[in-house]
Parts: sequence; C-alpha cells; structure tokens
Amino acid sequence: MTDVTPNTVNYLAPAEVEDVELYHPKSFVTKYIWSQDAKVIAIQYAGTAIAIGLVALVMSWMMRLQLGFPDTFDFISPEAYLQLITMHGMIMVIYLLTALFLGGFGNYLIPLMVGARDMVFPYVNMLSYWVYLLAVLVLVASFFVPGGSTGAGWTLYPPQAILAGTPGQSYGIILMLASLALFIIGFTMGGLNYVVTVLQARTRGMTLMRLPLTVWGIFVATILALLAFPALFVGAVMMMFDRLLGTSFFMPDIVEFGESLKYGGGSPILFQHLFWFFGHPEVYIVALPAFGIVSDLLSVHARKNIFGYRMMVWAIVAIGGLSFVVWAHHMYVSGMNPYFGFFFATSTLIIAVPTAIKVYNWVLTLWRGNIHLTLPMLFAVAFIITFVNGGITGLFLGNVVVDVPLSDTMFVVAHFHMVMGVAPILVIFGAIYHWYPLMSGRMLNTALGHFHFWVTFIGAYLIYFPMHYLGFIGVPRRYYALGETSFIPLSAHTLNEFITVAALIVGFAQVVFIFNIVWSLFKGKKSVRNPWRAASLEWQTPQVPPSHGNWGKELPVVYRWAYDYSVPGAAEDFLPQNLPPDQVAIAKGHEALGVQAAAT
Amino acid sequence: MNIFRQLTAKPWVATQAMVDDFHVGGTFFLSPATLGLRVFLAAVTVLFTLLIFAYGMRMELEVWRPAPQMSLLWLNTVLLVLSSFAMQGTQIAARRGDIDSVWIGLLAGGFFAIAFLGGQIVAWRQLNMLVGFNITNPAIGFFFLITALHGLHLLGGLVALGRTTTKVWRGFDVVQVRLSVELCTTYWHYLLLVWLVLFGLLFSGSDSLGILLTLCGLR
Repeated sequence: MTDVTPNTVNYLAPAEVEDVELYHPKSFVTKYIWSQDAKVIAIQYAGTAIAIGLVALVMSWMMRLQLGFPDTFDFISPEAYLQLITMHGMIMVIYLLTALFLGGFGNYLIPLMVGARDMVFPYVNMLSYWVYLLAVLVLVASFFVPGGSTGAGWTLYPPQAILAGTPGQSYGIILMLASLALFIIGFTMGGLNYVVTVLQARTRGMTLMRLPLTVWGIFVATILALLAFPALFVGAVMMMFDRLLGTSFFMPDIVEFGESLKYGGGSPILFQHLFWFFGHPEVYIVALPAFGIVSDLLSVHARKNIFGYRMMVWAIVAIGGLSFVVWAHHMYVSGMNPYFGFFFATSTLIIAVPTAIKVYNWVLTLWRGNIHLTLPMLFAVAFIITFVNGGITGLFLGNVVVDVPLSDTMFVVAHFHMVMGVAPILVIFGAIYHWYPLMSGRMLNTALGHFHFWVTFIGAYLIYFPMHYLGFIGVPRRYYALGETSFIPLSAHTLNEFITVAALIVGFAQVVFIFNIVWSLFKGKKSVRNPWRAASLEWQTPQVPPSHGNWGKELPVVYRWAYDYSVPGAAEDFLPQNLPPDQVAIAKGHEALGVQAAAT
Repeated sequence: MNIFRQLTAKPWVATQAMVDDFHVGGTFFLSPATLGLRVFLAAVTVLFTLLIFAYGMRMELEVWRPAPQMSLLWLNTVLLVLSSFAMQGTQIAARRGDIDSVWIGLLAGGFFAIAFLGGQIVAWRQLNMLVGFNITNPAIGFFFLITALHGLHLLGGLVALGRTTTKVWRGFDVVQVRLSVELCTTYWHYLLLVWLVLFGLLFSGSDSLGILLTLCGLR
C-alpha cells in the first residue's frame, strides 16, 4: 500500500544527509580525458566498447560472407576465418558486453540511482577505464603482429591454442592473454567501486529494497565478475607460462609434425574447468544487468510498478549464486564422469526456476498496464521474447543426452547468440533509447529508431531461427567451408546464403543506429526534463544532463521505491522517489478519503 | 538492521516507508575503503584458492615430483613475518597517536617486505641453477607461478605503503593516516597468511596433501 496522503510527520530535512568531498576538475583534460567523474568515465567506457564492438560486427559480416558464399572471397583464408571467429567472440563477450553493461551503464547509473555524488573511489575508477583501454589496444595490436591475432576459438582451449598450425601461435595468443589479464585488472578496479558505492554511498532513505532493479542487476553481476574473473586470470597466466616459459600446466606429452615437444603431463581439461568457472558466470554477468534494466524499462513504459519486486531481487541473487555451480555443462563432451554430468545437468535445470520467475514477473508487469509502445518498450518486449527463445534451447543443451549430438553444431551457435548475444544487445539498445535524453539532453530520432528496431528484431530471427535447423541436421560450427558432404543437403547451402544476406541487412541497421546517436547529439529534438516521466532518482537531478556532483548543493532524500506508477489517489501517474510526502498532489475527489491506495 | 531483514522488507508498504525514510548511512558500519579492501581480498582469495585447486588437479595426473627444498624460503618467510609484526606495531602506534613510532613501523614494514621480495628473486635464481632443474615439473612451474602472483600482490601493497609513508613524511597528522595504516596492516597480515598456506602447499609431499585432495574430491 502506498500512502499518498500529505504527511509532514516523517518529513526529513535534506540537511540531514551526509555529503562527500569531490575532486573538481580545472582543465579540459581533467574534465573530459583524465576524468574522475563517473558519468564521463561511463561515456568513455561506452564509446570504446561500441567502437571495438563495431570491429567485431564487421568480422561477423566477413564470416557470414565466407559461410554463405564459399570460394568467392580470396581475402578470407581458412586461417583468417579462424581468427575472425575467435576475435569476434572474445570482443563481443568481454570487451563489448561486459564493458558496456558494467563500465558503461554501471558508471553512469549507479551514483545517480543511489543518490550519490560519484563513485566512492573516483581515482581508481579513472584508472579502471585507462587499463581497460590499454587492454583493448593490446588486443587490437594483435591484428598487426606477425602471424596475426589468435585463431584458437574464443575459448582458447589448449593444447591447440599454443601449438604450431593454429593461427596467431607466435604472438597473437600472447597478446590475447595479456589483454585479458589487463582487462581483469581494470575491471577489478571498477568493480570495487560499483560494489562499495551501492553498499555504502546510498543517500538518505535509499534502503537496499528501494533500489531500482537496474542497480540490483549491475551490483550482483559485479560481484559475480569479481569472483569469476580470477579463474580466467589464473587460466590466462598459466597458459602464458606454458607458452613463454615452457611449463606444462595444460600441455600434455605431445608430438608436433613428427617431433616430440618438451611439454609433458599437463591437463587441457584443467584449463576447461578454469575457463568455464569464469565462462558460465560470464553469461550472467551480461544477463543480470540486462534483467535489471529491462525490468525498469517495462515498469516505466507500462506505467505500472514492477510485479513481484522482492521476488525479482531474490531471483537475481539466486541466479548469481547458482551460476557458479553449472560451469561443467559446457564440458559434457570432454569425457567427464557421467555422475558429474548428471550433477551439472540438474543444477542447470534448477537455474531455470528463478529465471522463469523473472520472465513471468515481466509479463505480469505488462498485464493490464498502460503500455506505451515507445522504442525502449519495443526493445524490452523483444528482449523477453528472444530471451525465452534462447532460454528454451538452453534447456535442451543443458541435458547431456541432447547436448552430446548437438555439441559443436550450429544449434549451439544459434542458442548462445539468441540468449547472450541478441537478447542483451536488445536491452542495450532499449537502454540507450531510454537514457539518451538524460545523457545528452536530446531525444534520438524516432523514425530511425523504429527502422533500427524492426530490422534488428526481425532480422535477428531470420538469422538465428534457420541456424537451429542447420544444427539439427548436423552442420558443424567453426568450419571454414562445408564442401561436398553427403549429410548436408543443398538446401542447407541455400539457407546459409539467406542467413548471410539477413546478417548484412541487420548489420546495416546498426550503422543507422550509430548515425542516429551522432546525428541526434547535434540535431536531435531537445528533450524535456524527465521525458518518460520516470520515478527513479536519476531523472530527478537539478540539471539535465546531470552536472558534476549530480545533485547541486544538497543530496536528495528518498521517500519511496522506484516503482510508484499509476498510484490510485495521486494526481500524477508517477511519484518521483525524492518527492516529499507533503508535496504529493492528490487527485480530485480523493482529498477527503485519506487515501491508502493499493499500489500493487 | 540486519541484512536478511533488509532484503525481506516490502518497500511498497506504508508502514515500511516510515522505517525506510529514516535510513541513513551504509549497509555496514565500515568506511568505504575498509569495505573496498575486504571485497578485494575476497576476489584475491578466489584467485589463490583456484590456484590451489589447479595445483591439486595437476598433481593427480602424474607421479608427483616435489619441488626441491630450499632453505632460503624459510628465511624469506621469517622476513615476511617480521614485516607483518612491524605493521601490527605501526597500527598500534597509530591508534595511540604516536606518529614517531608510526614512521619507524612503516619503514620497518616496508624494509622487511622489500627484503622478502629480494629473497624470493634469489630463490628463483637458485632454483634455476639447481641440477636437474626441469620447468615441466609442475611443482617447479607452480612455484614460479604462485610466488610471482604473491609477489605482485605484495608489490601493489608496497605502493599503498609508500603513499602512506610519504604522507607521514610530509607531516600529516596521525589521524589522517590511521585508516591507511590499518588497511595496509590488514593487507600485510592477509598476504602473510596466503604465503604460509602456499608455502606449506608447495613444500609438502603428495602424501600430506592427500587430505586436501580428498576434501576437494580430486582423490
């Protein structure tokens, strides 16, 4: 029940809020380049992540050209193809999605949503970005070294990752491992900021359970990342030792081109355990912020409080915990003990329970809501549909008996692209359309936005639905060319051509999106303050875009959760989190009732 | 309010709002820096725990060849213990407000830590020159890996210690450096504990590690 009765008893004077001292930049360089302001750092993170993501997008076009029209493009050799799939996967998962969700949205939204002036360790936060940029530059450098970037596949499995015959064996793999180690160091610096800011720097009245779900998603994802990335770090450093110093952590006795190598006794499976102990939580490191953001988009644009808020929070925490006990479902074909497989299949199916709760709650939030089909809402609904699609094929692959025949086929490619490629990217798009007015003070062009949405949404299905069927008939992943293979019919080749054309069109839509972002920055319609009439705190800053320090002279005081929409008895259809109870406008006819209106 | 009660609160209920409106301050009664250090140590603990798991898994794959015994490592351990003692003394002095003792303690802590790192480098060189040195021996590989990672963490700590020492040298009041001293001391004790575990791990034969491996389900 939300009380909308004017109330002065519990009114808290803003002066009671403890404030913090900020670093105030004095020059252009300290304001926009070596900036300690989380909002600037967020834009730096996002800009870098999108830039390197575009490189990975172009790589996917080249891969699709090769798959759709083999023997047509001379510049795509088998080695280059392997390098393309490796770099595309690694860039998209780590350097785009992780960096954009946590470094980009995390930095921009956490201080604003919790009512803080900035992150608690602004200097460390600044270092975090620069180390991330260094990691990206090291990765990019690997394109230009002799032998090119590594072509070991994004999972970098040894022994092949560091053996002759794998592209990039000489320098590419070294730079990849170094870049990953740098990324993890940089992320750890940022991650400490996100966690401590959420826990310790919330403004007065902002309890944990008044936090928007966006903050919950980013917060739990950051904890996952802080605990999971060490596994990748250990794996990367150990492989670096194997490659450079000749240790045998992962390298077994091996004969290469008839010559016995000096390695011996190592375990490639050990690397797989380390990699996937990171790799599966990584799925949720990307998914949880998306879950949180989409919850807020649905609530704002359906003018309805989120259904089952507490359950949503608990589900985020439960998914985070469970994500650490499912990693070996990526290793069913590694020859593991069948009992091991049984355990991981069970834990994988259990994780579907809190995930399903979230999906139901999203749908129930929409149920009888005042749905506005704005661009953020379209992307949010598209996310739900896509995530359910990808999630259901995940249930297939979580079962050992189904996974074994489908392993290393295009079915797997279709599954993970739907669930952790397309679905989170749709949320990123929705989030950008939603928060762009806050960040820039201008609206994105709606016509271009609709073109972007429909082409991306329908196009993604045209790409990945047929891919499931290719997987069913046994088309393998990571193959440069299928050639004349008896079990692959001619129609599969035709389907591959179709997918390639669809991928190119979807890629073009992303160029339109980038154009929209840049064009709207200068020519876009000026945004009114809080154009979506959102209740959460980030829209309540004195200036839009928020200035340095976010809140002017006084920190905000929070009086309610972030989901008071369409509250019966209130004159406005939303109550900002920081609106004092004595200033809530009461709708006509409700003044005398002493309204205790049901909000849920 | 305990964390469980916080997470079960119903923020949309009017009576809950009366409680929530009076919320002020962080979730824990800790400074942000203290909590930041603890979160960081949790991540570092995962890192070293995974190394121990990796060590155990790797051990099971062949007849174990233990790392060569090096007496120098005992001396290095003593140096790290002394460094930790010095930092503990510094923390006590900082709480008493005795800035002169803080100054001496920081210098002593830093000196012993640098001596430890120097000792580790000498140990690497000694190991490298041993007859029968074989880098593919996993015990030797893990020795290099673990000591390098531990040393890098200590080096990072020395940067923080150096900043604190510089503050004292520049005449900061003891109140202004107390938190930094406390954080450095916590970090030093943590790294000593990690080293003692890793040292025991590296120089135990496979028999004494049997319990660990059994607990981990690796044997």
